[in-house]
Amino acid sequence: MINKTVQHVDEAIRDIHDGATIMFGGFGLCGIPENCIAALQKKGIKNLTCISNNAGVDGFGLGLLLATRQIKKMISSYVGENHEFEKQLLSGELDVELIPQGTLAERIRAGGAGIPAFYTPAGYGTEIANEKEVRVFDGKPHLLEHWLRADFSIVKAWKGDTAGNLIFKGTARNFNPMMATAGNITIAEVEELVPAGELDPNEIHTPGIFVTRIFKGNHYEKRIENLTTL
Amino acid sequence: MALDKYGIAKRIAQEVKDGYYVNLGIGIPTLVANYIPSDIQVMLQSENGLLGMGAFPTKDKVDPDMINAGKQTVTTIDGAALFNSAESFAMIRSGKIDLTILGAMEVSEQGDIANWKIPGKMVKGMGGAMDLVASARNIIVAMQHTSKDGQSKLLKTCSLPLTGLHCVKKVFSDLGVFDILPEGGFKLLERAPGVSVEEIIQATEGKLIVEGIIPEMIIH
Repeated sequence: MINKTVQHVDEAIRDIHDGATIMFGGFGLCGIPENCIAALQKKGIKNLTCISNNAGVDGFGLGLLLATRQIKKMISSYVGENHEFEKQLLSGELDVELIPQGTLAERIRAGGAGIPAFYTPAGYGTEIANEKEVRVFDGKPHLLEHWLRADFSIVKAWKGDTAGNLIFKGTARNFNPMMATAGNITIAEVEELVPAGELDPNEIHTPGIFVTRIFKGNHYEKRIENLTTL
Repeated sequence: MALDKYGIAKRIAQEVKDGYYVNLGIGIPTLVANYIPSDIQVMLQSENGLLGMGAFPTKDKVDPDMINAGKQTVTTIDGAALFNSAESFAMIRSGKIDLTILGAMEVSEQGDIANWKIPGKMVKGMGGAMDLVASARNIIVAMQHTSKDGQSKLLKTCSLPLTGLHCVKKVFSDLGVFDILPEGGFKLLERAPGVSVEEIIQATEGKLIVEGIIPEMIIH
């Protein structure tokens, strides 16, 4: 019987090593794997290349790993609102690759779908087009973009089962489903973990085949970056 | 008198039509949502993965799992849908969004836009802006006409790193409304209340086309 459950976050991240390339799900602080990030900070592994739409904020999310200088390179689309990040970027400690958000999402999707490259119009005529192959389709120039894959993908879901199937909630879905498909090893942390058979197969967002390990996160703070109310 | 940011947002809201799918950028564009007439229905798209964005929640309805692309807490309207970020940009790239409203630091008379980077000063990243401007069919820009020290932001060519080429169709500034012509140039369509054509000429570095009597804009 397939059972991908591990009991503890430390077991889930046991083989993540110095120098690893890791995808982290989430948009801003929404839908980020809080438990794994905290455990990686504690474990102290270094020289990480992190692929994540954003870089957290000071003191939360990937901001935790920036503070301890565990990240060597960030691959992201938007990194504002993070002073530690800015400081390390300007001092040259941190290497950063900025990618248009849709291109980032599609490169990860392509990585998980076994498509090595594709053409997209985003960024044509801008500095990100430097040295990229340009090809005209339908009269419009497009850039060649390559897939992205990672040694590890760490995603956060709302519900999961022991077979690794995942269901996301609200806009916490964001980059998580594509990243789940693009890791050599995919680790899913979930708020609620149930035995296989309890989730309706009609409602699964990520099929369990993409998930290597799954565990129930101990605690979710779900910090809000920009609380806005009526 | 030049419009304030709320005035610009109110004027742009008149461009939004019943049944439109609309993507609003951060800044003045976000304000446009407040002035969409109540007798029309539009679906606001948020590129992190939400179509049918509603108002900000009341304090008791805040959900950390529901945010917009500006990371603000939001709600959904009836008919809303949630999806992943790759699917979100599929909608954008395939031209399903009827109207895209963005802020800009500079726009050129060819319709180029710069809004993501000031070398040496601001390195936040482009987010979804490059994907939006490369693919959206109908892009309008909300912006201040000049910088704080009076330099025109409607230029012959942009001086800042570009976000996209030949993509902006219309500009709504604090001074007026402008079509960007396919052959290049800002065609003045409307003046802000109390702003003269002469003032607009003075404030515009790029090629400005003024034909006939230019009406004052009407803001409801």
